[in-house]
Amino acid sequence: MKILYHIGGYFIMLQKVFGKFTKWNVLRNLILREIDVLIIGSLGIVSFISFFVGGVVSIQTALNLENPLLPKNLIGFTTRQSVILEFAPTFISVIMAGKVGSFITSSLGTMKVTEQIDALEVMGINTYNYLIFPKIIALLFYPFVITVSMFLGIIGGYVASIYGGFCTSADFIEGIQIDFTPFHVSYAFIKTFLFAFILASVPSYHGYFLKGGALEVGKASTTSFVWTSVVIIITNYVVTQLLLT
Amino acid sequence: MIKIENISKYFNGTKVLEDISTHFERGKTNLIIGQSGSGKTVLLKCILGLFEASKGEIFFEKRSFNEMSLRQRSILRQEIGMVFQGSALFDSMTVEENIMFPMKMLTKKSNDEIITRSNEVIKRVNLINSNKKFPSEISGGMKKRVAIARAIVMNPKYLFCDEPNSGLDPKTAILIDNLIQEITKEYKITTLINTHDMNSVMEIGEKIIFLENGKKGWEGTNKEVFKTENKGVENFVYSSELFKKVRKVYLKS
Repeated sequence: MKILYHIGGYFIMLQKVFGKFTKWNVLRNLILREIDVLIIGSLGIVSFISFFVGGVVSIQTALNLENPLLPKNLIGFTTRQSVILEFAPTFISVIMAGKVGSFITSSLGTMKVTEQIDALEVMGINTYNYLIFPKIIALLFYPFVITVSMFLGIIGGYVASIYGGFCTSADFIEGIQIDFTPFHVSYAFIKTFLFAFILASVPSYHGYFLKGGALEVGKASTTSFVWTSVVIIITNYVVTQLLLT
Repeated sequence: MIKIENISKYFNGTKVLEDISTHFERGKTNLIIGQSGSGKTVLLKCILGLFEASKGEIFFEKRSFNEMSLRQRSILRQEIGMVFQGSALFDSMTVEENIMFPMKMLTKKSNDEIITRSNEVIKRVNLINSNKKFPSEISGGMKKRVAIARAIVMNPKYLFCDEPNSGLDPKTAILIDNLIQEITKEYKITTLINTHDMNSVMEIGEKIIFLENGKKGWEGTNKEVFKTENKGVENFVYSSELFKKVRKVYLKS
């Protein structure tokens, strides 16, 4: 029953987020600030992880290609497929649930326990719109992060394959071009948009409705990470079932 | 004036406030006192609309809060200033930005007008030279001043203060009390202060409501509090030897 209560609360929150709008000139600055913190601030860690995980994917593929009849361009092919279909959109989103999600929950939670949200409400401001809407809009730029992740993941795979001596540059480049299905990229970005919305809204719910003090802020950040990851994984399954089968 | 009639509040079936009726006058500092857990903050939040009262009515002048639409409530809230217990300043904004915030959000004033008004208020609460500092860089007393400045910047009709001098040294606490009282008189605001600070009761309690286990235990002024024979008030206000002596001296004189 408690889960139904939270699901209901989440959708009521979303309804209020799109209720009375904050003045545009205020909202614009908030959106730009959120883009800076949530999107630009995540590029470093996403780039780092993508490059090295892309490398690991290609090395592991190469080490599993023991049969001499299998073409070496499979390393490039597998790296591309893994990175575009799953690693960049899903794996990075789970990492972002830890980075961005925890940040959103703890910042809103701290505002809640220090009565800053009450202060906004007393002023007659739609706190849902003022605090959550800019985060949702900022995360519409999340596909940009995923594009960078896809690119660097494949570059990481390329560098690891060439410098590890697993295949030639021509093999790898041929591999990333064979059997290319443009819809796979569309599928990845459809997922990314959905994950972006989840990344902004689920942690916001956990932060906004937090009760208690500093200890609860820490607990809520952890709970938020768990639930955001769960929702992302379930959505991933459903979307994959709907779009790829 | 704010009038409340038969306010009750329940949380999950537990009664926190029971049948409280009173009125708070304009231009006076009205104090709500009582022990921790007596329902002071809940009453304040019910009047503010942060909690919906389970029973009873609240009137701002002659406007019934219960009958107001969400839009009317939102407009009413622009007539309210609130000083929170922990000041509730926005950490990411400077002192000046905190004070200008309500005007930027809720009015169509030009930037120049906003800056002029904000400077007036900053001067009124003696905060000059701290404009560009962040809340984390100023003392507790200064934070309260910023909170008061932010609360009065929109020229509110009603000022609510939740334990405005908690966590402050006695000297700063008195300064904050006096500042609130001066502002109340100057701008003819209906001020409600939620406190358990006895100095505030003695100094600025022009009207005092004493809450006891969620019920109104007593009502009077800071002069009457010396003469009352209400056991609850006596136990609460005169719990320290110092205040017992103060009372004796007052009654003798």
